[in-house]
Amino acid sequence: MTAPPALHLSGRATIDGAPIFGPISIDAPPGEWTCLLGPSGVGKSTLLRLLAGLGDEVAFDGKVAAGDGAPLGGRVALMAQADLLMPWLDVTANVTLGARLRGMAPQRGRAREVLGRVGLADHAAKRPHALSGGQRQRAALARTLIEDRPVVLLDEPFSALDARSRALMQDLAAEVLAGRTVLHVTHDAAEAARLGHNVLLMTAGGVSCVTPPAAPTPRLYDAPETLGFQGRLLRLLMEAR
Amino acid sequence: MRRTVHITGVALVSLLAWQAVVTLADLPRFILPGPDLVFVTFWTSRALIAEHALVTAAEVLLGLGLGAALGFASAILLVASPLTRSVLRPMLVFSQAVPVFALAPILTLWLGYGLWSKVAMALLIIYFPVTSAFFDALMRTPPGWLELARVMKASPGRTLWRIRVPAAMPGFASGLRLAAVYAPIGAIIGEWVGASQGLGYLMLLANGRAKIDLMFAALIVLAVLTLLLHAAVDVVCRRLWDG
Repeated sequence: MTAPPALHLSGRATIDGAPIFGPISIDAPPGEWTCLLGPSGVGKSTLLRLLAGLGDEVAFDGKVAAGDGAPLGGRVALMAQADLLMPWLDVTANVTLGARLRGMAPQRGRAREVLGRVGLADHAAKRPHALSGGQRQRAALARTLIEDRPVVLLDEPFSALDARSRALMQDLAAEVLAGRTVLHVTHDAAEAARLGHNVLLMTAGGVSCVTPPAAPTPRLYDAPETLGFQGRLLRLLMEAR
Repeated sequence: MRRTVHITGVALVSLLAWQAVVTLADLPRFILPGPDLVFVTFWTSRALIAEHALVTAAEVLLGLGLGAALGFASAILLVASPLTRSVLRPMLVFSQAVPVFALAPILTLWLGYGLWSKVAMALLIIYFPVTSAFFDALMRTPPGWLELARVMKASPGRTLWRIRVPAAMPGFASGLRLAAVYAPIGAIIGEWVGASQGLGYLMLLANGRAKIDLMFAALIVLAVLTLLLHAAVDVVCRRLWDG
């Protein structure tokens, strides 16, 4: 993996003339986990798609850049709310999909190692339909990891999981993605309070930066400062218009 | 097991109803022979029927195989290049405006009275449903998968081959299931227009000689062959593509 760059996006976006967001400006520091917290429909996912080089349907007037000035394409991995596993491939083949899509030999040894890290070593030969929702997201995380990109974009990847699986996935993701520039879109204040080195609050009024507690991430879900910060984020969400 | 009992039950009831109609209405055997007579004719003429059934089966299988392969390739061509799409698609739709039945005499003229004019009919009749079902499925790849492929820097060719085609195989399978039922229609039409072999030919021959019992025996064999083909295609499709 090359050195993780900072991320910058500024500007405004519309789809078919309807405003989606902006004008706004966001920055994600290099090698840190930045949560972009906001209610549904505020344009968080669109913003993430623009950073991923997607969003052909979006008319974007502004600037997307990496802190080192080099293009972002090819340095980004994306993990979405849907696990996007291919039902006709087993877990190993799903995890090594990227290599085969680029015409390279799949790295089976590396796949074994990564599947071990996410706790799926015993499930490598299973098809996705034989996995639980949490296991499927672990497989998606393994597929993201094996791409070994310095920038990882997360679009509410844990929001469909039950509370326990979600907390476990948050711990795992914080561990395995440490050192990369992570931009994590979420509508869950508790999640942002646990994971963010930086928390950006995105509402219809714009983006503001909220300073999280000093405790290292992933913060304990029942620590008073985590809960206090979660409450503060929720209040800001409620008061925003 | 329950399904077998169910099918046997339906068949028995149909046979009884058939026999009842023949007996009660006192129909002459050259209008509607009873199932008993048809069965006896089937048994005494089994070698003759088998000989012709083999010919029809060969026509149907060849037509199905070639039509499916051509449909598969056409759908991929249509998806891979917008240029072929803009040229070929209107032609495909227009070709459906010509009844396949009307083409049978021309095909016989061009390809002769043998096997290949019937194979061509079966092929023509299944080509559109297979192409159309597979093409539609190829155009409906879940967008999330395509975006994942884009972020992973996949080439369009590999995205097509590794994601769009496998994702569309259930669509291809539903086209094949339809084709398994349509292909025998094509072969029989071909045989009616001009042939010296096959179940369709045998039925025409029996009809001309007022051997209605033989006609019915051939008809039932044709129906059973079609059902078996459909079941076999269904089993293969399930194994391969429906998980």
